[in-house]
Amino acid sequence: MTNRRLVWRAATVESARTESPTARTLVLRVPQWPGHLPGQHVDVRLTAPDGYSAQRSYSIASAWNDTGVVELTVQRVEEGEVSTYLTDGLEVGQPLELRGPVGGWFVWRNEPPPVLLVAGGSGIVPLMAMIRARGDVRGRQPFRLVYSARTPQDVLYATELARRVRDDPGLDVTFVYTRKTPEGWPTPPGRLTVATLNTHGWPPDFAPDVFVCGPTSFVETAADILVALGHDPKKIRTERFGGTS
Amino acid sequence: MTGQELDGNAMAGELQEVFAVDVTTAVATCGGCGEPSVVARLRVWGPAPGLVARCPGCDDVVLRLVRGPDRAWLDLRGAVSLQLPMPPAP
Repeated sequence: MTNRRLVWRAATVESARTESPTARTLVLRVPQWPGHLPGQHVDVRLTAPDGYSAQRSYSIASAWNDTGVVELTVQRVEEGEVSTYLTDGLEVGQPLELRGPVGGWFVWRNEPPPVLLVAGGSGIVPLMAMIRARGDVRGRQPFRLVYSARTPQDVLYATELARRVRDDPGLDVTFVYTRKTPEGWPTPPGRLTVATLNTHGWPPDFAPDVFVCGPTSFVETAADILVALGHDPKKIRTERFGGTS
Repeated sequence: MTGQELDGNAMAGELQEVFAVDVTTAVATCGGCGEPSVVARLRVWGPAPGLVARCPGCDDVVLRLVRGPDRAWLDLRGAVSLQLPMPPAP
C-alpha cells in the first residue's frame, strides 16, 4: 500500500464538520483513492492563481472503509497559511489537491498486543483513525487512550469517543486537562504525569504497542515517562508536530 | 512559519516521491554520533519544499531534501548508511 508512485489527486470537499472552536474536519471524496492504514498521512498542496504553492503533511482522521471518503481534521494555527484556509476558507464543493497515503511507521496494523494511545491536543487525529479502524473490524485488542487537552472545549471527537467507550468493548479513555477542567472534576488542571500513565496505561509486562502523538514537548515528556516506567523504547512510536501551519 | 519542528513521519511524501518506496521505516545511522534511528524519528524542520532532518541523539544534520519544480536535491552526507526494509528475495 505504501510502495507506489505518488500522484497528486484532485479531491472534493463533500462535507465539513466543526470539531472544536478551532478545529474542523474535511470529508474528502478522492478519485481512485487506494485506501489507507490508520496513522498514515497525506500531503496537501494549495496553489494560488499566481503559481505560489504551499504544502503540508496531515494525518488522516478516518479509517478506510466502503464509504470511500478520506477525512482530515485540521487544527487552526494562528497565522498558519495552510491551516487557516482549510479551517476557515475552503468551502463544501471546492477542490483540494492531495497525495498519499504515505508513511508506514506510525501505523497500527491490527496486531495482537494491547495498545496504549497517548494524545496531546490535535495529536488525537491519527490515534482516532486507529480507534475507528479497530471499531470497524470489531478488534478485540484492549485499547487505552490517554488524551491531554487544554480545556473540555478543545477535546476533539468528544461525542464519538463517549459513544465508542460505551459500544466498542475494551476501549478506555482517560482525559487530562491542562488549563481548565469540567465542573466537579476530581483533580485540578495539570500536565500529563507519571501517575497518570502508570494508572491509565498498561504495565510494561503486557508489552503494549504504544503510539504517542502531539507537540514536540508533549511527545518527549510522554516518551520519557513511558521509558522510565519500563516500557521498551522500541515499542513506543512517536509522531511530533510543531503545530502544522 | 519557519522553524516548525516536525519529525520524519512528515517527510514520508517527499521521500517516497524520490525513492518510490516508504523510507520512513528505514534506519539512518548518524554520521556524527553513530546512533541508528528510524527515519520517522528524525527531527525535521520544514516546511516543504525544504526539509532538514536531524539526529534525535546528537542533533547533527542527517538528511536534507529540497524539492524544486523539476528536480529534487537530496543530501545524505550526514548519514553513514540507510538501511531499508526489503521484501524477501523470491
